[in-house]
Amino acid sequence: MLNASLKELSALLAAKKVSSVELTQTFLKRIDELNPSLNAFITLDADKSLAQAHAADERIAAGKAELLTGIPFAQKDIFCAKDWLSTCGSKMLANFSAPYDAHVIEQFNRAGAVNLGKTNMDEFAMGSSNETSFFGKVKNPWDVSRVPGGSSGGSAAAVAARLCPAATGTDTGGSIRQPAALVGITGLKPTYGTVSRYGMIAFASSLDQAGPMARSAEDCALMMNVMAGFDSRDSTSLEREKEDYTRDLNQPLRGLKIGLPKEYFAEGLSADVACAVDAALAEYRKLGAETVEISLPNTRLSIPVYYVLAPAEASSNLARYDGVRYGYRAPEYGDLTDMYQKTRAQGFGAEVKRRIMIGTYVLSAGYYDAYYIQAQKLRRLIAQDFEAAFKQCDVIMGPTAPTTAFKLGEKSDDPVSMYLSDIYTIAVNLAGLPGMSVPCGFGENGLPVGLQIVGNYFAEARMLNVAHQYQLATDWHLRLPPLSGEE
Amino acid sequence: MQWEVVIGLETHAQLNTASKIFSGAATAYGAEPNTQACAVDLALPGVLPVFNRVAAEKSVRFGLAVGARINRKSVFERKNYFYPDLPKGYQMTQLELPIVAEGGKLRIQVGEYEKDIRITRAHMEEDAGKSLHEDFHGMTGIDLNRAGTPLIEIVTEPDMSSSAEAVAYAKRLHSLVRWIGICDGNMQEGSFRCDANVSVRLKGTDKLGTRCEIKNLNSFKFLEKAIDYEVRRQIELIEDGGRVVQETRLYDPDRDETRSMRSKEEANDYRYFPDPDLLPLVVSDAYIEEIRSALPELPQAKRERFMGEYSLPAYDAGVMTASREMADYFEATAKELGGEAKLAANWIMGDLSAALNKDGKDVADSPISSAQLASLLKRIQDNTISGKIAKEVFAAMWNGEGEADAIIEAKGLKQVSDSGAIEKIIDEIIAANPGQVAEYRSGKDRLFGFFVGQAMKASKGKANPAQLNDILKQKLAG
Repeated sequence: MLNASLKELSALLAAKKVSSVELTQTFLKRIDELNPSLNAFITLDADKSLAQAHAADERIAAGKAELLTGIPFAQKDIFCAKDWLSTCGSKMLANFSAPYDAHVIEQFNRAGAVNLGKTNMDEFAMGSSNETSFFGKVKNPWDVSRVPGGSSGGSAAAVAARLCPAATGTDTGGSIRQPAALVGITGLKPTYGTVSRYGMIAFASSLDQAGPMARSAEDCALMMNVMAGFDSRDSTSLEREKEDYTRDLNQPLRGLKIGLPKEYFAEGLSADVACAVDAALAEYRKLGAETVEISLPNTRLSIPVYYVLAPAEASSNLARYDGVRYGYRAPEYGDLTDMYQKTRAQGFGAEVKRRIMIGTYVLSAGYYDAYYIQAQKLRRLIAQDFEAAFKQCDVIMGPTAPTTAFKLGEKSDDPVSMYLSDIYTIAVNLAGLPGMSVPCGFGENGLPVGLQIVGNYFAEARMLNVAHQYQLATDWHLRLPPLSGEE
Repeated sequence: MQWEVVIGLETHAQLNTASKIFSGAATAYGAEPNTQACAVDLALPGVLPVFNRVAAEKSVRFGLAVGARINRKSVFERKNYFYPDLPKGYQMTQLELPIVAEGGKLRIQVGEYEKDIRITRAHMEEDAGKSLHEDFHGMTGIDLNRAGTPLIEIVTEPDMSSSAEAVAYAKRLHSLVRWIGICDGNMQEGSFRCDANVSVRLKGTDKLGTRCEIKNLNSFKFLEKAIDYEVRRQIELIEDGGRVVQETRLYDPDRDETRSMRSKEEANDYRYFPDPDLLPLVVSDAYIEEIRSALPELPQAKRERFMGEYSLPAYDAGVMTASREMADYFEATAKELGGEAKLAANWIMGDLSAALNKDGKDVADSPISSAQLASLLKRIQDNTISGKIAKEVFAAMWNGEGEADAIIEAKGLKQVSDSGAIEKIIDEIIAANPGQVAEYRSGKDRLFGFFVGQAMKASKGKANPAQLNDILKQKLAG
């Protein structure tokens, strides 16, 4: 049952071979056993989860079930959920409970899914290793001395170790795809504006996008059917017709044109990752696809551009955490300024403070034109690179991350080397495009490697098809980490 | 030394929308603290702004009313600073691309001359909450009811050269925003407040002097006094060899002085940047035309029409167009009266305004309707009563004693136009005052008034004054 796909779980529930309560208990038990060594969850509340499972069972009995009714999902702790703590991995919000559900949570609730718990993450989604969480590091189930990637590291580790059937994540610069690659699962960051950001705690508003993290492309497609859709509460939400993301899953890949950006197969890419990606591309050729070399000439600019724009937005988005209305307030302080300073000095971790300072700096009078305006211009150039590329190919492929999972603490003192682990994912956010990561083999040390698939705007269904056909032909996505205790 | 004063105004007018500019919370004034603040206004994590398009509609209406260019694309930016009544840590405002661009102007009238004040721009922004320092024993209370209330900030060029001009502009603007229905204009509640940028320079010089900004002037009187004080202060400072420092100042009405709040050096770096949670606000030509076609006749046009169509003097036309309600009242009265619009204007400016002021009422709530006033004035026109008696009738109408005709009838105030009756009264007066008659006839013309007074008194004011004059003249001539 732990390896069943969402479709299989749905069938089991519909056939009453298992109840939602039993399913939920099964996963809660696994969490009990394995979470202490992974630290994938920040908040668990068995009573609440089981109450939802009961309700789901009643709904199933009443014949009103939808496909995901009764299936438990882990939710990244960036999504506000009524009656749950929503900490965003920060001391600042360690005791914060929102009086409303995020759009994503609402959609899962509406579908009758069970909230299994809130997953650990880098503080305010700022990090690529899940080491910046106030609630401790998350470990990679393939090797607990290594990072699971970030910022959706808790969701990634939980799915990989089969602590939940699937989970949600968010991706500002690679936070779904990079951890998905590092733990060997499938993750999709949709086109910006596809999933409403309402109730999703903001890091960088123009880049943040929620998406599914699951074991397969098919599971991701089923989750997208629930998560995506217009929401008037988010002004950047796109008003488009509802689509069925599973509709193209079974299309053959014959004639598919895969673009391979030469900049993604250059210096900085480790040999074992390159090798696994090459093998995956060979598999695609076998499936009838052809590959064509393309160029994304401004790739090298994506990290500096991102580290101007994302911190700029973050510095402003995080100004609300001031100790006045909710969240952490320093226990002792003098005047108002002192209260602000102590609250924010104590409530935020080092990486968050670093980015607030960068963001404040680049927006300051005298620097704004040189940094922020310049970065916005380059952002357009980066988007134009992709626009040109998609005239030559249907999808773009390459490695998701330059290396397999690195050691805990390995890059903690070197932010720039940490930032470089998102070198292949960041440009996709800057352009607002959809991107996925699909497991495509293992590196020298037996750690998973992810293949990144980037599509044109709104090409999610096609990308999921491309990933699904690969997963029908390979079994990388079914491999289990040693820690899972299975087989 | 001859000094010249240079003033520019920035006015915050609260747009009278039912809900806030980025949330669905109500904007009604005076609710219990924090009962009109929703998750968006509280800036809880994860909430997002949704723009209230009514605010744009009202802003465009303003732009069109002053003849300004409307930006087809305008952008909300974040003005970042920390303050407890600013929940997000930034205020949403429009900096680079305001909804109302250049080209607007407002004509003011000061004494005998008229002048156009140019409007540089007008942009939308959200109001902050309120910090309450009393009743909290060393702590500060925060009321976020006002946070997110939509404002339009209207900025002029430094075109005013006296406090009188500034007040004239503020009054005309105040009238306009109410006229076009975008702001209730309630100054006590802070719905309309001005910041004045004041500087002085030697007459004949081109270069502007260093300016000071006086914040939050919420009455015309304070605006006038604050500017007057500030002008005196700056002149004295310079004449004493000092230098004006660019700074923000607050006016203290109790002491009638302005005080430094913060200097330019202490000013925040607001780190403006476009809000990434909202798309640029785009308005189409069709949308603008739709708003233009729904605009009421504007004060300036109406003023000119009243001067032409009703032959009102400029001053009267100005007063009759002080508000839309006033203009409607005047025009309805004048129409009902059919000619002699000046009589209607006189009465509205005189007795009606005095009575309204005394009872603290607006013309829209006048107990005497325009039709009722017209029916009273008609009785003056047709000589049924004199203007003096009309005042008495007016007072009775005000007190709810009924229609003009009924009161005239009931009180027997009808003017005596029967020449026989008037002759009789005059004969009696002449008979009773032989000495004065003799004096008059020997050349003391001034005594004529004495006889008019006596006769009027005898007729209890009801004698037709013109008739009385004629007959009296005849009889005295002997």
